[in-house]
Amino acid sequence: MSAFWILIIVLALAAVGYVLGRQRAMASAGGDSRHLHSLPAYYGYNVSLSVLVPALGLLVLWLIAQPIVIERSVKTMIPEETYTDAGALNLIMSDVRRVANGLDLAVERGALTSEQAGSIRTEFTNIRERLGSVGVALGSDVQREVLTAAQSYRAMNATGNLIRAVLVLALAAAGFGYAYMRTDRDFRARNVVERVLLSMLVFAASIAILTTVGIVLSLVFNTVEFFKLYPWTEFFFGLTWSPSFGGGSDLGILPLFWGTFYISLIALAVAVPIGLFAAVYLSEYASPAVRAFAKPLLEVLAGIPTIVYGLFALLTVGPALVAIFGRDGALGVQWMGGGTAVMTAGLVMGIMLIPFVSSLSDDIINAVPQAMRDGSLGLGATKSETIKQVVLPAALPGIVGAILLAASRAIGETMIVVLGAGAAARLSLNPFEAMTTVTAKIVSQLTGDADFASPEALVAFALGMTLFVITLGLNIFALWIVRKYREQYE
Amino acid sequence: MTDATSTPGAMPHAAPKSSLLTLDSRVRRRNAAEARFRAYGIAAVSVGLIFLVFLLIAIFRNGIPAFTQTFISVPVELVEEKLDKTGNRDIEEIKKVSTFGYKPLLVDGLTTMLADAGIENPFEKPADVEKLVSASAVGQIRDYVISHPDAIGKTVEFRVLASSRVDGYFKGRVTRESLVRDKNLDAEHLDVSDALTESGQMKRSFNWAFIFGADASESRPEQAGIGVSMIGSFFMMLVVLFLSLPIGVAASIYLEEFAPKNKWTDLIEVNISNLAAVPSIVFGILGLAVFIQFVELPQSAPLVGGLVLTLMTLPTIIISTRASLKAVPPSIRDAALGVGASKMQSVFHHVLPLAMPGILTGTIIGLAQALGETAPLLLIGMVGFIASNAPDGIAAGFLSPNSAMPAQIYEWAKRADPAYYERAWGGIIILLAFLMTMNIIAIILRRRFERRW
Repeated sequence: MSAFWILIIVLALAAVGYVLGRQRAMASAGGDSRHLHSLPAYYGYNVSLSVLVPALGLLVLWLIAQPIVIERSVKTMIPEETYTDAGALNLIMSDVRRVANGLDLAVERGALTSEQAGSIRTEFTNIRERLGSVGVALGSDVQREVLTAAQSYRAMNATGNLIRAVLVLALAAAGFGYAYMRTDRDFRARNVVERVLLSMLVFAASIAILTTVGIVLSLVFNTVEFFKLYPWTEFFFGLTWSPSFGGGSDLGILPLFWGTFYISLIALAVAVPIGLFAAVYLSEYASPAVRAFAKPLLEVLAGIPTIVYGLFALLTVGPALVAIFGRDGALGVQWMGGGTAVMTAGLVMGIMLIPFVSSLSDDIINAVPQAMRDGSLGLGATKSETIKQVVLPAALPGIVGAILLAASRAIGETMIVVLGAGAAARLSLNPFEAMTTVTAKIVSQLTGDADFASPEALVAFALGMTLFVITLGLNIFALWIVRKYREQYE
Repeated sequence: MTDATSTPGAMPHAAPKSSLLTLDSRVRRRNAAEARFRAYGIAAVSVGLIFLVFLLIAIFRNGIPAFTQTFISVPVELVEEKLDKTGNRDIEEIKKVSTFGYKPLLVDGLTTMLADAGIENPFEKPADVEKLVSASAVGQIRDYVISHPDAIGKTVEFRVLASSRVDGYFKGRVTRESLVRDKNLDAEHLDVSDALTESGQMKRSFNWAFIFGADASESRPEQAGIGVSMIGSFFMMLVVLFLSLPIGVAASIYLEEFAPKNKWTDLIEVNISNLAAVPSIVFGILGLAVFIQFVELPQSAPLVGGLVLTLMTLPTIIISTRASLKAVPPSIRDAALGVGASKMQSVFHHVLPLAMPGILTGTIIGLAQALGETAPLLLIGMVGFIASNAPDGIAAGFLSPNSAMPAQIYEWAKRADPAYYERAWGGIIILLAFLMTMNIIAIILRRRFERRW
């Protein structure tokens, strides 16, 4: 029975449970709902929830666990001498799955009976031809190991599915029976239902923690794996980055760090002055009409997807900068060789960060109490003196927090640097040269057909770990500053 | 005291050092500083707005041409001896003729078309004329013949795509100078194209295939469309909506209405605010390690993309939902509790419905963010030449490999062909149209239903 039908049956059972539970409660109260402990609907909900929660929970767990368990046990069936490394094993496993699916399809189309599918042997039948006749194309002839593995894969899946159907339906029926038997006029149905609801709410809230745990675990395991293959001192202190998938690569993070830092610095040099002045102007000087017009328009910049900025950097800003600073450029200098450069990516990233700095600073400047401004103006200071000497110093910690948040965004930004900054990892001071960043290298190391066990692919997880730790540190620090500052004036 | 002040001679009445009516140099300096400061502010706001205008101009100027395409109307004689030798219209036999077999028919059709229009045929090799049309044209003719076998033997007028170079010539992307080093097209082709445009056989018209079509191979930019990756994005957004809305709302209700103040809820809150600021690429790594390596879900599937984006949008939705729950005044809760509702009833029957417009607004904005996100999708493999077939059926929509709109745009940007750059910009216009619609809906929702207490 497929998971879909199990789901339908469980849902139907829950619906029936609602009606029956409600009826039974009403009957126990002699048809007068005033004699019940809870509203009649709660007795129905109680039965429905008792059917749904355990049965669907088990179904979901089973759906996740069964493929993993079967995959692992089938892997052990493949003799070790038939493959050389993990990548080859994965290829064999995908063959196994394809053959198993092909057998399923053949049975479904009537080309094979289910006994035949379980018993055919490569020695006697040309599997490839048989499967080809029902429209399953196989790349090469089926090996004996693959066929036996596929057959036991099918068998295990079939028994797994059978047990799944029996267990889930039994659990649903048991839940139904238990809740139905308990339904009675004195049964505290509302309290039970509310307790179940509350625990579901708690579970939903804990998903945030599960996500963090998932991120940390997936990074840590693979990073540890990487450091087993590659010395950590060379990773953190190495000055060259030149991965080669044949092996013998240098994977020093410092050039990537430098690129990340340099690009973020240029981005902040663009975004901080513009964003800060814009925030000051909009919150202190602008008339309500100007503010209502300019603030949402500036925030549009924050809503534009980063891929758009990436394309803008690659195709518009890069060529424009080359036209000024490049060969035969307007300035006659030859600083820039190609359109992708630190300057290109930094400038565009700066544009992206303007609304980030401006709206956060705007909030913070608005939170400075009016009394402080009034006091300063009353002493005869001009508006700009008030801002410079009273408002901004009071808002400074919050503004620093906002800038740190913007910096963490700049460090973690991916698409702009992938498209705009170039691919060469180098340590150089020239902002018109192409450099690359941590995020860009994560993308390039993980999007190839690399085998996940090689240091060249695993290094991406170490890079991700470093990135995660740095941005997390910056965020926590920034949020702490902002929060501390807010409390000061509340 | 009065004596002393009343004697005029003792203290000469000094002229006032300053007056409110005359500006001395210090006041002037301070006023100048004030004006300067204000000017900086205006300059900053204008620079920001100018950047926005530049960005929009770049997008529209480069992207609009992608929506039109040059088509050529060619009458092609479907010669019976070549397509169906036996003459019994057996569909299996007709299918045996590959696109290669259709090539001579197309070349003949083009040559006769030129002759009929009175245009001199400048090509030395007859096959050179084929460079005018897209490589997809033969496939188009073959598909037509297979679906209309009775058309064999007749002459049918086909509207085929012009090749990307010819198309680029009309859009100003390709010039005669740039063709000198290009072996795909010669200047003669452009002369012929000009003549064909005059005779009306070659026309530039709106290209629906760009909006609804599938991705094409690197050498056929004229054929590529964003439609299939749009479907991929759609299925991803379904996953995001159906997971992140209930989970996000449930989490916010717990944190806002029920959570006791303790270490555990503090931990959850810190977690949520940090997750909101974790770089998106890290979520991609999570998706790769957990959903693909560990749970072994299929690579490049919209389901996996949706799961990753769900985790990414959850913090956004939780933060906005909590804000709108907080905005419901406590008197509502008190009144419900006062007439005997339980805490759970007061929340689900009264607070939640009142907070719903705010929650929906936040959800739409979160979805819009997720729709434009690219980096995590690259890591779970939603790139490359995979958006070439539309998924058949709903299950395949979730599970079969597909791309998403932003990932498709990235893929086109990487192909380093100006014709694909144009399509990338065009794709951005479509993406921005979706984002704008979503944001406008959110604004309307907020305007219409938001209640001030």
